[in-house]
Amino acid sequence: MYEHLETAEHPDKLKRVVIDPVSRVEGHGKVTLLLDENDQVKQARLHIVEFRGFERFIQGRPYWELPVLVQRLCGICPVSHHLAAGKAIDQLVGVDPENLPIAATQLRKLLHFGQVLQSHALHFFHLASPDLLFGFDSDIAKRNIIGVIGAHPDIALQGVKLRKYGQEVIRVVSGKRVHGTAAIPGGMNKPLSKTDRDYLLTDIDQIIAWTASAVELVKQMHCSNRSFYDEFASIPSHYMGLIQTDGALELYHGGLRAKDTDGAVIFDHVDYCKYNDYIHEQVKSWTYMKFPYLLSLGKENGWYRVGPLARVNNCDFIDTPLAEAARVDFKQHFENPQVHSTLAFHWARMIEALHCAESIKRLLNDPVTLSTDLVTQGEKRFEGVGVIEAPRGTLFHHYQIDENDIVTRANLIVSTTSNNTAMNESVRQVAATYLNGRELNEALLNNLEVAIRAYDPCLSCATHAMGKMPLAVELVDYDGKLVDRLVKSSSGHIAAA
Amino acid sequence: MTQTFMLDGLAIPFEEGQTIMEAAIAAGHYIPHLCYHPDFTPYGSCKLCNVEVNGKICAACTFPAREGQTVVSESLERNSDRQRITQMLFVEGNHFCPSCEKSGNCQLQGVAYHLKMTDDHFNHQFPHREIDASHPDILIDFNRCIFCALCVRASQEEDGKDVFAISGRGINKRLIINSDSGQLRDSELTVNDRATHICPTGAIVIKHTAYQVPIGDRQYDHQSISEVSMEQDGNVS
Repeated sequence: MYEHLETAEHPDKLKRVVIDPVSRVEGHGKVTLLLDENDQVKQARLHIVEFRGFERFIQGRPYWELPVLVQRLCGICPVSHHLAAGKAIDQLVGVDPENLPIAATQLRKLLHFGQVLQSHALHFFHLASPDLLFGFDSDIAKRNIIGVIGAHPDIALQGVKLRKYGQEVIRVVSGKRVHGTAAIPGGMNKPLSKTDRDYLLTDIDQIIAWTASAVELVKQMHCSNRSFYDEFASIPSHYMGLIQTDGALELYHGGLRAKDTDGAVIFDHVDYCKYNDYIHEQVKSWTYMKFPYLLSLGKENGWYRVGPLARVNNCDFIDTPLAEAARVDFKQHFENPQVHSTLAFHWARMIEALHCAESIKRLLNDPVTLSTDLVTQGEKRFEGVGVIEAPRGTLFHHYQIDENDIVTRANLIVSTTSNNTAMNESVRQVAATYLNGRELNEALLNNLEVAIRAYDPCLSCATHAMGKMPLAVELVDYDGKLVDRLVKSSSGHIAAA
Repeated sequence: MTQTFMLDGLAIPFEEGQTIMEAAIAAGHYIPHLCYHPDFTPYGSCKLCNVEVNGKICAACTFPAREGQTVVSESLERNSDRQRITQMLFVEGNHFCPSCEKSGNCQLQGVAYHLKMTDDHFNHQFPHREIDASHPDILIDFNRCIFCALCVRASQEEDGKDVFAISGRGINKRLIINSDSGQLRDSELTVNDRATHICPTGAIVIKHTAYQVPIGDRQYDHQSISEVSMEQDGNVS
């Protein structure tokens, strides 16, 4: 829709506006805008300007290190990388998901639900809610979690406690709130004790109630300014994610499903080990982040979105009652079969948080989860693929090893990568809609941030750092002369510089 | 009549032929160490156990106890030196605790915690070292070798195989394997050998066993290395 703004015909003759860095998520990102003499946007790009190289430096390491090594990719969703790698190395020891001990699968799901819950709570309450509660152009001094605590102490406290609960689930299963150990080849390294089970059950009903309230809160936000919420940074797109055999929402394991902009199925229940037959990645010279696309639709038209909105759009139902009721309500709010509102990511995210809370209770009440039968082994293989629905979307880990158990090749398609084109589209939409002919100010910067932040990108560790992206915007005139420059520090202070 | 020496102001009894380290452990006093193991001939290489004996620096693991000695171990100066030595061990190899399978069971890490080491102080050397994963059951990650030679001594003195040796000097020092190819798979090492299990770091590990012990149940999760050392080193035959 806004792809014509990806590359301008004569960039050397255009004014250049740079936001650098936009954020610091797995490195730094920046936004560049090229404007003509009438301040009309001719080009808008979100660049990822740092290279991390995990795929290279894990080569040469023994495969059993992978779940612990790769989880260091992230401090917010390390569990996703841990479990995706864990699923991949299960295959290296000859264990397919259906052959994993049931208790091991349930413990992994419990761990995963805890992590999605805490990550979604962190993003919505700590990072996104200041924009949504106060307005994108509200007083910047109050547009932060401290402001939320002052104005809405009950909401802020719920956010803190929801995140704490999710992290307690992670600690109980993996030994640490961040970067623990749990998944080992063919299973899990520790059973859930009855004491720990009872401890987690103590607060679960309150957690379910709070996540249900969060769904209602984000719905009220949408309803309070419906046309704006529906249209801001919104782009029609395809959607992809894991799905259960019966079409239910799935976060841990399933087949791949993709739907087009109208909700028609592109492919369904695809074995994710064959992902390379369906998804390829395009490289562009101006960013280190690749551009995945659906092979059948080609590079130009095959881009898609992943994450909460994609999952809620793609699933036929959710297998927990409160989240399913929330999903039905969500779908009824929008007229189209597929919801393309980018700000609806927040709504879908809270529906998933509710689903996680309900799922945690279900798993804790299942006696099988306490079983000590946690590990199995099979015949060694030389290739393994693990895919999981991380908080931000579908996450692929693909490894090959040699006869000595050493990793020889690795390919990771991190969730946010799949949203690369979409985030660029949203940035272009916001730039075209809100920047054209406008004078630079903090509210403008925040509109770009809000658009990027809606995706909760893993290139936004900055949004995970109290939502204060350090920004610098420069307006350069037709002759390359600096006309205007604003800098926002990590403390949120804005000054001309 | 029992002979004694003074260790940090306390009278330590000893038997003729005992080293300062052996007498200290027998009396329940921990002196930090890495290359010392009560089952094998003292080597005196890591220098962590250096103490002042009548004002002179000596390795407690090799220096014999003598009547009337005044030994200082737990002084600010001695522990400062120990911390610097430990920091050098970290930067001379490639020790990445966050992903190391020996984390929580590693003596180098345990000593670092004991000495309250909070940074590396020196610049990392990032040496280029290989992994020998050729053996079906055992892996050697040379990145984590601190040249304590415990595997050398265990192989010689208990296994009777002579699988390992330390070659070269200074910065070129390296652990080598006694086989025609130089690889572990062609050596006599087996998974049941004492040398396979003696490494104080994660340099020699048993394949396919990593992370099976959960966080909370590892050696040093609830006990310091001084407590573990007193239990293990003090109960040898």
